[in-house]
Amino acid sequence: MSNWVKVAPFEDIPKLGARVVRSKNVEIGVFRTEDDRIFAINNTCPHKGGPLSQGIVYGDKVACPLHSWKISLVDGKAEAPDVGETACFNTKIEDGFVYLELKD
Amino acid sequence: MQKMKLVVIGNGMAGMRTVEELLKIAPDIYDITVFGDEPYPNYNRIMLSPVLANEQTIDDIILNTREWYAEHNITLYTSARINKIDRKNRVVTAEDGTSAEYDRLLIATGSKPFMPPIPGKELDGVLGYRDIKDTNDMIEAAKTHKHAVVIGGGLLGLEAANGLKIQGMEVTVVHKNEWLLERQLDKTAGKMLQKNLEAKGLNFLLQKNTEQIIGNAPGLDGRSRVKAVRFSDGQEIAADLLVVAVGIRPNFALAESAGIYCDKGVVVNDTMQTYDPRVYAVGECVAHRGVSYGLVAPLFEMAKVCATHLANFGIGLYKGSVTSTKLKVTGIDLFSAGDFASNDEDGREEIVLHDAVGGVYKKLVIKNDKIIGSVLFGDTADGSWYFQMLRDGKAIHEIRDSLMFGQDSLGNTGHQGQDKAAAMTNEMEVCGCNGVCKGTIVKAIQDQGLFTIDDVKKQTKAGSSCGSCVGLVEQILASTLGGGYAPPSTSKAICGCSDKNHEEVRAEIRTHKYLNIPDAMQGMGWRTPNGCATCRPALNYYLISTWPHEAKDDPQSRFINERVHANIQKDGTYSVIPRMYGGVTTADQLRKIADVADKYAVPMVKVTGGQRIDLLGVKKEDLVGMWADLDMPSGYAYGKSIRTVKTCVGSEFCRFGTQNSTQLGIDIEKAFDHMWAPHKVKFAVSGCPRNCAESGIKDVGIIGVDSGWEIYVGGNGGIKTEAAQFLCKVKTADEVIEYSGAFIQIYREEARYLDRTVHWIERVGLEYVKRRILEDTEGRTAAYERLLYALQGAVEPWSERVKSSALQKQFETIEV
Repeated sequence: MSNWVKVAPFEDIPKLGARVVRSKNVEIGVFRTEDDRIFAINNTCPHKGGPLSQGIVYGDKVACPLHSWKISLVDGKAEAPDVGETACFNTKIEDGFVYLELKD
Repeated sequence: MQKMKLVVIGNGMAGMRTVEELLKIAPDIYDITVFGDEPYPNYNRIMLSPVLANEQTIDDIILNTREWYAEHNITLYTSARINKIDRKNRVVTAEDGTSAEYDRLLIATGSKPFMPPIPGKELDGVLGYRDIKDTNDMIEAAKTHKHAVVIGGGLLGLEAANGLKIQGMEVTVVHKNEWLLERQLDKTAGKMLQKNLEAKGLNFLLQKNTEQIIGNAPGLDGRSRVKAVRFSDGQEIAADLLVVAVGIRPNFALAESAGIYCDKGVVVNDTMQTYDPRVYAVGECVAHRGVSYGLVAPLFEMAKVCATHLANFGIGLYKGSVTSTKLKVTGIDLFSAGDFASNDEDGREEIVLHDAVGGVYKKLVIKNDKIIGSVLFGDTADGSWYFQMLRDGKAIHEIRDSLMFGQDSLGNTGHQGQDKAAAMTNEMEVCGCNGVCKGTIVKAIQDQGLFTIDDVKKQTKAGSSCGSCVGLVEQILASTLGGGYAPPSTSKAICGCSDKNHEEVRAEIRTHKYLNIPDAMQGMGWRTPNGCATCRPALNYYLISTWPHEAKDDPQSRFINERVHANIQKDGTYSVIPRMYGGVTTADQLRKIADVADKYAVPMVKVTGGQRIDLLGVKKEDLVGMWADLDMPSGYAYGKSIRTVKTCVGSEFCRFGTQNSTQLGIDIEKAFDHMWAPHKVKFAVSGCPRNCAESGIKDVGIIGVDSGWEIYVGGNGGIKTEAAQFLCKVKTADEVIEYSGAFIQIYREEARYLDRTVHWIERVGLEYVKRRILEDTEGRTAAYERLLYALQGAVEPWSERVKSSALQKQFETIEV
């Protein structure tokens, strides 16, 4: 069952940056790319749990602030040769607000 | 859109490296077809000698498997020799009739062994040494035959001879010069090498010209096998296997037959383009600026350049290579590079170390204060270091007296004092940050065909964190690859997003007055839309340091610590370190810190090495509130910026103190507060030569003496301990601030991003720094003024965030 929640005004997510969203059981990084696409992934790096939302965003990737693993915002996968994956969440923008689909 | 067709003639190291480089930067623009005349996929030709010496197998040296070609949708034809290029219709045709159309053609036909016109060279058992087939033929011949003769005492000939000996044959090397490897070695080293190889059981006949190869009586099939070799002096020796290794020649017959201009090779310009603009050529088949290369390193440089042009980026120029060589015979250490001929006519100087009994010989040839050539025998550990200096044209007068004793003698002992990669066992750890052992690195180099430090870093992670073991990784790479290794020039590209190096980027920012990152990237032809985590912070720093008050600081291009003015910890919490100027605090400050620690339940309160107090384990949401309560300035303990000025008690209290070091420390820290830099900058001020503030290991260390202050620069207490070097002595505290400010400003303007002062001084030389600071009085004052201008009106970042709700947003978590 889909469970869309309103997160924040689109303008509150900085370009090439992110905001942290906390729900009951998970912390999610909501990212905005240069070309204004919004992505949401679990805020935990598959390497040592670094907060991905705090990393440098470029293209559709983020570099983890702890040890610079490069994680794709599109599919949550680490860039080779590192191996690992973090969960992704669907997002949408409606009436200038960012929405996030939480899993049950 | 239909893809363009790229056809590659030659399935060897140069051609396939170009394809790999092309796939990296433009994976989708071509349908690629590769023709190779050997039955194998691309393999590492330089590793044929270890195969012959039973140290590796054919499988070990395959670089790209057939699966790799399939995965990348490359059509591969093996055992398919192209014999016609129809440039009008843009079609190539192989001997077996297979053909392919092209929009762009890449010729990488390599070279072939040179066969001198000796009568009898067509006999059975006479081989060149070039490919897997030759290698297998030798291994087979060794099973049934006894006497091998190798003509040619060059690198390839000696490696062949060594391999055949290991295969169980009696081997004689015939060479027409007075000593072996005359292109790589001088006479002394050549003779030492011969002695070592004789000890391994090889025989040598020098200064011999081969006159005829004599065969057996023809067999039933009319074929006849080699039986002996006769020299011009009449001597004759038995030979039932004859390997001719007297050199290679570029293989350009195909290109020439297609009417492409050739002159001892396929002639290409600096973009690797031939006279036909649709046709490119790389590798041993080309003649670039009149030179053909037979070593792997230049081929890779060509491949990189060629790929950027095939990808339509239109950037990158190949300007020729300086090469070095290493003999891949296990147990013999030999390295040579550059021009080492002995003659003292044109201002050459030589430094020679010769220990005949110990089997060590080293020669460095120096001209105009630069190394132009080196020959090392018996101890080659410093080969890549010398080669690096040679390529970079580094001035050596400052280290000349210890140059011969190697890099260790400079007090640069490296990671855990471990310098000799060869002496390490496979289980020993190389990279302490990522836990990578020597064996893992060696295996990755061999299995995955790695040739550069960057490849090793990427694949194994060794050297990718703190970087202190990179030298060691480099030694492992050099000893594993032998002649295939070329140390990178230090003027390397800023990152994969651009081909420009740091200096070029800085110069363009200045000339074109770029004031923000998008303009800079666009103006300089960045390949990626918004860079990467490596180039963006560097660009941001270069912009704001070149155009203070004008360029736009981009927080999203800063590492998290500088974005939130706190230091991220392993669990995602932060540390807060307020400034205590000169390490001096008050009861009031301590009370505030104690209250804040209580209020926010700070898990750890720790005194730092920089003489201040660290509050650790703070939640990001609490940062702003804590700063408001503390009401103290940020200590910048997280930034590529001025950190602390460490001080001792000084003349105010200390019975030995000669100067008021505490006050000077406070003054310096206030003067340079808020200063961003290429990397962190640490100061210390001691009040007497007992040096309690440890001025000897700081970027700028100041020591008070009775008659004034001594200034030391370039110290570092980090990854590698580096003692600071004496810059000058001045009389007053004001002078200390001006001189050290000018020094730091020139470092800020000229060092590469992430260079500490020691790395910068290492590159430009202390003489240069002295010239700028001590001899050029006006320049010094101007540099100091520029620093003061840059720091004018700097805003304290914590209070700024306490005041601005817009700036606070990023510290808030959105609850849903």
